[in-house]
Amino acid sequence: MQIKNFAIAAACFAFALTAQAQDKIRLVGSGASFPAPIYLAWFKEISKTGVTIDYQSKGSGAGVQDLINKTVDFAASDSAMTDEQIAKVPGGVVLLPMTAGEVVISYNLPGVKRLNLPRDVYPQIFLGKITKWNDPKIVAANKGETMPDLPITVVRRADSSGTTFVFTNHLSAINEEFKKGPGEGNTVNWPKSDKFIASPKNDGVTATIRQTKGAVGYIEYAFAKFSKMDVAYVQNKAGNYVAPGTEGGAAALANAKFPPDMRLWLSDPTGDKSYPIATYTWMLFYKKYDDPKKAAAIKKMIEFGLGEGQKMADKMGYLPMPAPVAADVRKAAGSIN
Amino acid sequence: MSSAPAAELQGGSVSGPPSPFDYFFDRAFRGLAYAGAASILLLLALILYEIGGKALPGIREHGVALLVSSNWDVKAGEFGILPAIWGTLYSSLLALIIGGAFGVAMAIFLTQDFLPPRLAQVFRTIVELLAAIPSVVYGLWGIFVVIPVIRPVADWLHDKLAVIPFFSTSLAGPGMLPAAMVLAIMVLPTVAAVSQDALRLVPYKVKEAAYGLGTTRWEAILKVLLPAARNGIFGALVLGFGRALGETMALAMLVGNSNQVTLSLFAPANTLAALLALNFPEAGPKEIPVLMYAALVLLAITLLVNIAGSAIMVLAGRQGGAR
Amino acid sequence: MNAVVSRAEAAARNEPDALPIERQPWEARSLTSTFLSALVWVMAVIAAIPLFSVLYMLAVKGGSRLSWEALTSLPPAGFEMGGGFGNAIVGTIAMVGIAAGISVPVGILCAVFLSELGPESRTANAVRFAAKTLTGFPSILAGVFAYAMVVLLTGHYSAPAGGLALAVLMVPTVILTAEEAMRMVPKIMKDAAYGIGCTRTQVVLKVVLPTAMPGVLTGVMLAVARAAGETAPLLFTALFSSYWLYHEGEWAFGQPTASLAVLIFNFSGMPFENQIELAWAASLILVLLVLVVNLTSRFIAHRRV
Repeated sequence: MQIKNFAIAAACFAFALTAQAQDKIRLVGSGASFPAPIYLAWFKEISKTGVTIDYQSKGSGAGVQDLINKTVDFAASDSAMTDEQIAKVPGGVVLLPMTAGEVVISYNLPGVKRLNLPRDVYPQIFLGKITKWNDPKIVAANKGETMPDLPITVVRRADSSGTTFVFTNHLSAINEEFKKGPGEGNTVNWPKSDKFIASPKNDGVTATIRQTKGAVGYIEYAFAKFSKMDVAYVQNKAGNYVAPGTEGGAAALANAKFPPDMRLWLSDPTGDKSYPIATYTWMLFYKKYDDPKKAAAIKKMIEFGLGEGQKMADKMGYLPMPAPVAADVRKAAGSIN
Repeated sequence: MSSAPAAELQGGSVSGPPSPFDYFFDRAFRGLAYAGAASILLLLALILYEIGGKALPGIREHGVALLVSSNWDVKAGEFGILPAIWGTLYSSLLALIIGGAFGVAMAIFLTQDFLPPRLAQVFRTIVELLAAIPSVVYGLWGIFVVIPVIRPVADWLHDKLAVIPFFSTSLAGPGMLPAAMVLAIMVLPTVAAVSQDALRLVPYKVKEAAYGLGTTRWEAILKVLLPAARNGIFGALVLGFGRALGETMALAMLVGNSNQVTLSLFAPANTLAALLALNFPEAGPKEIPVLMYAALVLLAITLLVNIAGSAIMVLAGRQGGAR
Repeated sequence: MNAVVSRAEAAARNEPDALPIERQPWEARSLTSTFLSALVWVMAVIAAIPLFSVLYMLAVKGGSRLSWEALTSLPPAGFEMGGGFGNAIVGTIAMVGIAAGISVPVGILCAVFLSELGPESRTANAVRFAAKTLTGFPSILAGVFAYAMVVLLTGHYSAPAGGLALAVLMVPTVILTAEEAMRMVPKIMKDAAYGIGCTRTQVVLKVVLPTAMPGVLTGVMLAVARAAGETAPLLFTALFSSYWLYHEGEWAFGQPTASLAVLIFNFSGMPFENQIELAWAASLILVLLVLVVNLTSRFIAHRRV
């Protein structure tokens, strides 16, 4: 088998060499599934100019691993990179936020037209402390609705995911108990209860919420929008109930200022109209590319994303980047060569 | 044999000693066969080396504690795969019992003249096709068809018979039973196809002899045919069980991925393969050794189950007397 | 049997009300047999229900989207309408082809060793256990293994890496079914061949393999069917591509390659109707593809015999 392995590897090398001898550029990237739809749309447009880009969503962490192993030309991650991970890439990395989105709390409550979730209630739900929909705290915030006498079934992500990171990051920022308990991460230790079930990926969670009366869970905004799920109005730092959407998201992004390494988490945005659970998502590049043609193609890709690409964002359920942020990103992109 | 046609033409005998080329070819081919067998051993060794190598840090750090703990806390660095081991065995066993029973029944149904031969052939092909359906599709079918169908039954069972530990929790969606059922459907085509071959290979004379002694149809099947095909059917069950143990995607979507050890059929659970699939892509340097350790455990389980199965076969063979 | 004997004696003595000696349908043994036949019918029907349910779902959801466009165009992005999965079809055929090219010869050779050349030796037992242990090898680990063996070495995802991962999954099935099939070849046939002076290789190639071919083919078909539908290994070895294997003037075997399984995985998880429909259509095509391979191989086998 080992002889066969080497033979195959040798064949691969041969093909790889012939591939690089061509003039056409081909880039490969992998990582987060959150921005995959919009990235794929960008790459399709870019391919019309002769640059072929392949992207496979397999999770933020997997993308970072690929970058560290040098098996891809770029990666994408919802949770940027940790210092540890950055240290592992010889030659350094450049992290560039390319788009942003929101995480929504979706539910299945037939008959409830609008659900308000106060700031002190929804972390409790995800801690397993509030267990029924007609809990006095929930009823108090939803005077116009009749809350049913249903147990709350919490649907969380089964797979490790950047979306979980964003959601738990926010919950940890606004609730000490959650921070000490499950905490934040791509996977966290959810409470052990029969009412906590897990489904893989956004579509799994969506399907489970749809099928289970009294279910509540967290999914990406784009998903909720196109699958026409009911989403909750979440109470932000200023005390207002805000629905997810372009307005709420834009307000959340407006107040953020990026540090030089371009890593910023919007754990708890200020602003009256801000939707509290929003996040940027990053593309990760090597600081230096051996092939100047590749570096040029990468820069082309970034330019497209920052320019034309932003116009596609809203339609697809993502948030367009505020202009000052885009300018910052362009500046940081200059360090790639 | 290359000399045989010439000999025939001359009116000589068909048989004759092999020619030098035949000897050489024989050696070469046998060498290839040895190489083939050796490559499997090499493959397993390579796999164990790769996975074991990555697992060593995990084994050193967690040791046996990993196998008995139910805690999976990435931040705190505490891991436990007991629920996953339990879930793997529970789901695979259920799937083997259901899928195996129905698979063998299907094999008997399709080979023992219960249907006209043409129709039986059509069904045989359809059943084999089902092995081709991607796991993802089975997962989706499980989510959209199986779970809604089981829900009313599960709720009724839970209401009336919650005392029985198997029904002690309510079905919230993904859980052990939907996972086991879909797994059984995935195992069935393999078991059915290989069992059919085993049954068809039993010489017809054996069945004729049984009928000649005056057995009923089913006495012939149960007491003569099945024992004769025993090895093949057992092989089918081994393949089916292996498939169940290693099934990743469909179970990841259906088993609920919750780290608890429970007998309840309706509670969410976890399996080793699903644990790997869901955590590996995003695993950091602390998690990977643990996941590789879990992979080794899975391989060990497969090995142990096979040993146990072979032991059972040997015992059954001794009890059954001469074949 | 005593009841039968006494009835036979009674009939022989021509007693007027002697029961005929044929087995009567109301006897316990006959009733048991009838009951079991009914039971197996019921079980077959029960087993058939979910099988047909899956096929029905595939046919309905997938069939509605089947078209020439779906079979020949490239995958659509986000909001695009139309598009297809032509490149995924080519990719799957290529990678399963590579996998079969590796696993079928290796598997059959190994089975030859196990059944003919050293059935009871310690090596054979070790190999058998290795093969049985590998049946439970999770598909994702096959991908991780091929990743370590090929992708890390060559520095990029590629079709041969995917083929290798699938081959690892296919080999145990091929070995175990082929060995079983070869074992069931009647000893008389082999002895006759030895009797007229065949070498062991000739016995294997001209007597054992042709006779065992149906069983071997079943194993190969099962292995191919499974390999065609596996997603997890390909995510680590061939990734995915939105372009053809033959792209911009060259065969891109050393690049990420599309496959039906990964396409289904990707598209079924997206919130866009267009993509979800295509995922179902791709599933249907995958099954039909395996059906075609299945029927073709059966046809070839029949002609040989």
